[in-house]
Amino acid sequence: MQVLMHTFQSIGHYSLQKMQGLGLAVLMLKRTLLTKPHPKLFHLFIAQMYHIGILSLPIIMTSGLFIGMVLSLQGYYALVDYAAEESLGSLVAHSLLRELGPVVAALVFTGRAGSALTAEIGLMQSTEQISSMEMMAVSPFKRIIAPRLIAGIIALPLLTLIFNVIAIWGGYLIGVSWLGVDGGAFWSVMQNSVGFSADVMNGMIKSVVFAFIITWVALFNGFHVVPNPQGISRATTKSVVTASLLVLGMDFLLTVFMFGG
Amino acid sequence: MSQRKLEIWVGLFVSVAIVSFAVLAFSVSGLSLKGEGDNYYLEASFTNIGGLKPRAPVKLGGVVVGRVDSIYLDKENYTPVVKMSMLESQGFYPETSSMAILTSGLLGEQYIGLTPGFIDEGIDMLGDGDIVEDTKSALVLEDLIGQFIYSINKED
Repeated sequence: MQVLMHTFQSIGHYSLQKMQGLGLAVLMLKRTLLTKPHPKLFHLFIAQMYHIGILSLPIIMTSGLFIGMVLSLQGYYALVDYAAEESLGSLVAHSLLRELGPVVAALVFTGRAGSALTAEIGLMQSTEQISSMEMMAVSPFKRIIAPRLIAGIIALPLLTLIFNVIAIWGGYLIGVSWLGVDGGAFWSVMQNSVGFSADVMNGMIKSVVFAFIITWVALFNGFHVVPNPQGISRATTKSVVTASLLVLGMDFLLTVFMFGG
Repeated sequence: MSQRKLEIWVGLFVSVAIVSFAVLAFSVSGLSLKGEGDNYYLEASFTNIGGLKPRAPVKLGGVVVGRVDSIYLDKENYTPVVKMSMLESQGFYPETSSMAILTSGLLGEQYIGLTPGFIDEGIDMLGDGDIVEDTKSALVLEDLIGQFIYSINKED
């Protein structure tokens, strides 16, 4: 009996703790978005676009190129058995635009930008820069969180677009230049089967949702860090793990909604 | 880094992303701004449409001259009716034309094949809302096998 009560207690404790975390995260979002913006928001936003978006470009472009090439290579070996290798373009474009583009770009972005955001804000928190900012009557939500959140939400969809184009180009390179698929068929089959609103826009919607999740999780974990070196390292790990799992889970839900019916 | 340099980099980044979006829209998904031009609608009833789907092409000698707009059932005659939107830029066809549901390749998608009829005195061109009378239904594999077995049994 005692053991049973103890189990229930620990389940209750765990759930309450999780709910409290969720509440704090929503409160942070409310304080960031539902206030008058900081007067220098645009300048702060531009600086964050550079750190979050542009510095992520090399890894996004490299991973895009390789994902596209691998997809093309594997797709070719599957399709050539049915003499359907001309559908390679459609296969590559569909899998990239609908799933791989948004998801892989989001995962890479989590590792590259999400972890950096958590570590940066975590260090600010543990060196009490954020408390001193509050002391000077500067809202850290407006000054620090808001520009990063907005930059993250805008940067990831843009990165995903670049990722998709480079990956399709990589697929074309392998399929047409190396494996000898007909170049004209590659593009025309792709254009006939890929729809603008069904594939391109749905992928973009996914990307915006993932961007929001990743930046929100990263900022929250940084803001509510345990202020010591170990705490920062834990918070960084936690933000990458949580954001990646949420992206994958959300991707399944969005896919069911967009393409399931 | 100065504010100016930052803004230049961000501007470049956003421009590249916009170009990528344009490439995805126009080159990958084949979106075209001018559309396919003006359309007129034709209808044809078949006894069996097989696996024909909306947006399937209508072809004349392999050239796409229209698309299937919608498919519905004529509730009085219990026959499926296919409504097609035809491209005005590809011209008009005489009312003696016939339509058949064909399959591209062995396992491909089904489409409508249009065979133009003869033009003579007293024969009008098909216009908006007209009905094509001469149609041939889709070949259903089960029916074909059934006919084949029937013809074998007859020879015995």
